[in-house]
Amino acid sequence: MEQFLQQMINGISIGSIYALVALGYTMVYGIIKLINFAHGDVMMIGAYVGYACVALFNIPFIPSMLIAMVVCSILGVIIERVAYKPLRNAQRITVLITAIGVSFLLEYVMMYFVGATSKTYPQGALGAGKLSLGALSINVEQVYVITTTIIMMIVLQYIIKRTKLGKAMRAVSSDQDAAQLMGISVDRTISFTFILGSSLAAVAGVMLGAMYTISPLMGVQPGLKAFVAAVFGGIGSIPGAMLGGILLGLIETLVSAYLSSSYKDAVAFAILIIVLIVRPAGILGKNVREKV
Amino acid sequence: MFEINNLNVYYGVIHALRDVSLKINQGEIVTLIGSNGAGKTTTLRAISGITPSKSGEIKFMDENIEKAKTMQIVKSGISQVPEGRRIFPDMSVLENLQMGAYLRKDKEEIRQDLEQVYLRFPRLKDRRTQLAGTLSGGEQQMLAMGRALMAKPKLLLLDEPSMGLSPVLVQEIFQIIKDINKTGTTILLVEQNAHMALSIANRAYILETGEITMSGDASELAQSDAVRKAYLGG
Repeated sequence: MEQFLQQMINGISIGSIYALVALGYTMVYGIIKLINFAHGDVMMIGAYVGYACVALFNIPFIPSMLIAMVVCSILGVIIERVAYKPLRNAQRITVLITAIGVSFLLEYVMMYFVGATSKTYPQGALGAGKLSLGALSINVEQVYVITTTIIMMIVLQYIIKRTKLGKAMRAVSSDQDAAQLMGISVDRTISFTFILGSSLAAVAGVMLGAMYTISPLMGVQPGLKAFVAAVFGGIGSIPGAMLGGILLGLIETLVSAYLSSSYKDAVAFAILIIVLIVRPAGILGKNVREKV
Repeated sequence: MFEINNLNVYYGVIHALRDVSLKINQGEIVTLIGSNGAGKTTTLRAISGITPSKSGEIKFMDENIEKAKTMQIVKSGISQVPEGRRIFPDMSVLENLQMGAYLRKDKEEIRQDLEQVYLRFPRLKDRRTQLAGTLSGGEQQMLAMGRALMAKPKLLLLDEPSMGLSPVLVQEIFQIIKDINKTGTTILLVEQNAHMALSIANRAYILETGEITMSGDASELAQSDAVRKAYLGG
């Protein structure tokens, strides 16, 4: 039983990271119907910015995370303006290929500057030690990851449900022309969406980097997993991305713990395939038929 | 207060509007009648700056707006109730109305206008927390109109408000259009239901395959043989 609970906590903490990244995928998809394959790499940039702040400039962890959020927001907006906006009326496949191109660009430009070898955040950057709760012992790191994710999700929900820009975002996602007729600037709203998504990716990157190691290709695997999580939960659905991320983290961790860790990726992608067959709209997604 | 001069709009190679000109005076209800595909919706989309025009001018309150962005056009006082209502189905009735006031800053005025909209459409008040997608067709039309009124427009563009509604509801909606006009809002009404539109409008324009073919007093047009044959069923 203790082992099971322990694994649940491990699963939720890795799932939180997936959820944070999945939110970026799902929000961008919701607004411009693009799977932004460069999103995992924005997370990687966030991890490096955080690393530079913590390890090179001795900035405390939380301010470092905030700096990474700002840098990634700017990067996200630039990517959208330079790479995606000119293709606003192009076929979707064109934009998708562009996104993959941006992904490679970020990965290999980064590799050119920082080298291909991985680096580690200073020991205990995200907090060290363990908390004991009865027979359970929880890493302080995990407590931070889960708490930070919860805070981020509450803030995000608040922004989307209550603020003017958040409502504009929902309006543009649901009907671009009607939103324009309200006087909403579609371009600004799209930029805002990239700001939100990229700053969440930065948070995920900094935490992931502090728990494991960072390298220019570190965004690929979690990026794909987060994409699976977003599809699993229902692409375009914000609660879906949160749920999908946590569930994927749990499933992966439980598979590693009780079967074998070498199966965990296979299981993750098997889930994607099954979801796409059985319920293409995802758990919380709505079955919207494509307008012709 | 508003005029269009020789407006041309193309969709690719298709010439959708050919030298369309029309004029609306302060306080009028002007209707634009035509069959499916005549270019009525295109005209409204061009006015609101959603579909770009190739040539010609659109003037509102002595300013040229044919090159302006939709946001600036809405800000200058032109709101549109688009064809098919286009409400935001996943947002509440109240949120939909708030989106109508997106460009306005004065919270107190917005609150008063919200009360006005609720007075005009009491059913919207009862359903303010409900998701807009769950409303009936008539209620959605009212919501779309209420949403446009929240922008406090000087000129209200209505695209086929009668579409898909029962005759009783059509009567109700047209009565509301008259009431809105009485409180000082100028109206451009696009309709396929020529009979209803001509009955409330001051003047009318008839659009056929992208060209204005007739115009004049609504009551005179309603009597003319050509109009009766083509749009009023003989």
